[in-house]
Amino acid sequence: MSNNSGITLKDVSIWFGEGEDRVDAVIHASFDIKKGDAFGLVGESGSGKSTILKAITGLAQNWSGSISVMGQDLGQQRSLEFYKTVQMVFQDPYASLHPRHTVDHVLSETLSLHNADNVDHRIVSVLDDVGLGNTFRFRYPHQLSGGQRQRVAIARALILEPAILLLDEPTSALDVSVQAEILNLLTDLREEHNLTYLMVSHDLAVVGHMCSSLAVMNLGEIVEVLSIESMRTMTVEHPYTRQLLEASV
Amino acid sequence: MTHNSETAQNQHNQSLHSWLLSETPTSRRQAKLSVIYHSWLAFKSNPMAMAGLVILVLLLICAAFAPFLTTHDPFEQDLALGLSAPGENGFWLGSDNLGRDIYSRLIYGSRITLYIVTLVAVMAPIAGLFIGTLAGYLGGWLDFVLMRITDIFLAFPRLILALAFVSVLGAGIENAVLAIVLTAWPPYARIARAETLTIRNADFISAVKLQGAGPLRIIVRHIWPLCISSLVIRVTLDMAGIILTAAGLGFLGLGAQPPSPEWGAMISAGRKFILYHWWVATMPGLAIFVVSLAFNLLGDGLRDVLDPKGKS
Repeated sequence: MSNNSGITLKDVSIWFGEGEDRVDAVIHASFDIKKGDAFGLVGESGSGKSTILKAITGLAQNWSGSISVMGQDLGQQRSLEFYKTVQMVFQDPYASLHPRHTVDHVLSETLSLHNADNVDHRIVSVLDDVGLGNTFRFRYPHQLSGGQRQRVAIARALILEPAILLLDEPTSALDVSVQAEILNLLTDLREEHNLTYLMVSHDLAVVGHMCSSLAVMNLGEIVEVLSIESMRTMTVEHPYTRQLLEASV
Repeated sequence: MTHNSETAQNQHNQSLHSWLLSETPTSRRQAKLSVIYHSWLAFKSNPMAMAGLVILVLLLICAAFAPFLTTHDPFEQDLALGLSAPGENGFWLGSDNLGRDIYSRLIYGSRITLYIVTLVAVMAPIAGLFIGTLAGYLGGWLDFVLMRITDIFLAFPRLILALAFVSVLGAGIENAVLAIVLTAWPPYARIARAETLTIRNADFISAVKLQGAGPLRIIVRHIWPLCISSLVIRVTLDMAGIILTAAGLGFLGLGAQPPSPEWGAMISAGRKFILYHWWVATMPGLAIFVVSLAFNLLGDGLRDVLDPKGKS
């Protein structure tokens, strides 16, 4: 394992339930993301893409194999320090913000959990970063549009200045015009902060726009890892990948 | 001059109004006050709820200024004037068999009613909220144990269980309150648990976990605020039942003890004369009815304001 590895998964299996109720969501998944790269994870609904993010963040507890982040192997528990390195943006901005908390409350709570100082300044600057001015600072989610909410969610993920951002279909719940805005914002932020992205999507166009390589998942298994160039030129090996690419052209 | 100050006042009100309704609040305080103001505007537009609120404010005033509002000492007896009809001998609402002024006793009795209601309204929902959210969020065996205890409490008829507690603890207002709390918390625990179950897997809870928040913080800061509105509604709607249970205990001689002017105890005392001296039992009965009704109206109004599911 090299020093510039961002996220490495080796033989990771993830399941829900025990005994007869056990459902294997991900089976022997392995991939490697270098620091500063943007990696896409594509597949149909239910193929286990989001579950991989859940295992990395510690939201899914039942997994085997090895996951390492910035060269450090992860156990079952995640430390406060871990959440300073890895943050996540959720799919649905209508569900990922607490309905009774203002933008300011959301951001300052994160900072207070990590005993950060300079709270005011950091909130203003992160809101500026995601293209929301100070006028949005004391609004409640119901006073924001979907795109604005997603910007708040991105601000929440960024305020701890993480190195890695996990993106769980960050634009699929948004209007097409807003999707482009958010994708451009994410691209800009990556350049600005030198972030590593792991992006889950079922939209190959989005992945093609954002990522340098991708893994294709089907029924819990990673069927193929390929670069964006080979995706564009359709030089793929697995029949499922070909089917997926052809369907999206 | 007057005109000028009136306009100034108007302008002031106008700017306060727009400050409170601003879509772009500039401070934490403004954002918070704005939410409260919005709820108040919604509440104000419901005349029945406002009627309930007015009655309860009047009840508070009665309790606070009882000595100034009464015409007699509520404990002063005059057997010669016993069982005077309303309006006779200077008793506005009549007198009871010991010649005590029913009006003055009702006014002083409002203090006892408020005392009971406040204590129960504070203790039972908080206990329920605690138990329900803990069970709902942590799940597993803790959930099982807490919910089975809740089931056991729910399986008893409320008044009978309260009776059993009072007979163990001894008669008196404090014990009546305690007994009512012990019988009143399970429904709140159920509501809080149900709300928690719908919230706990929400993305915003996952998100705050990823900020590094522990279970206690999530329950208190993120789940409680979303449970409280349904509890507040339920509590106000239950108030009538609580007043009636307290009155019932008083009526059975297990709540407030004579000569305390508790409304239920007053009805109980008037029972013997109900055929020929209707006012002795009717007046406290009317007081209980009016206050219970006021709480119900208020609860209905609060439901319209607080229930997030009701909003579009």
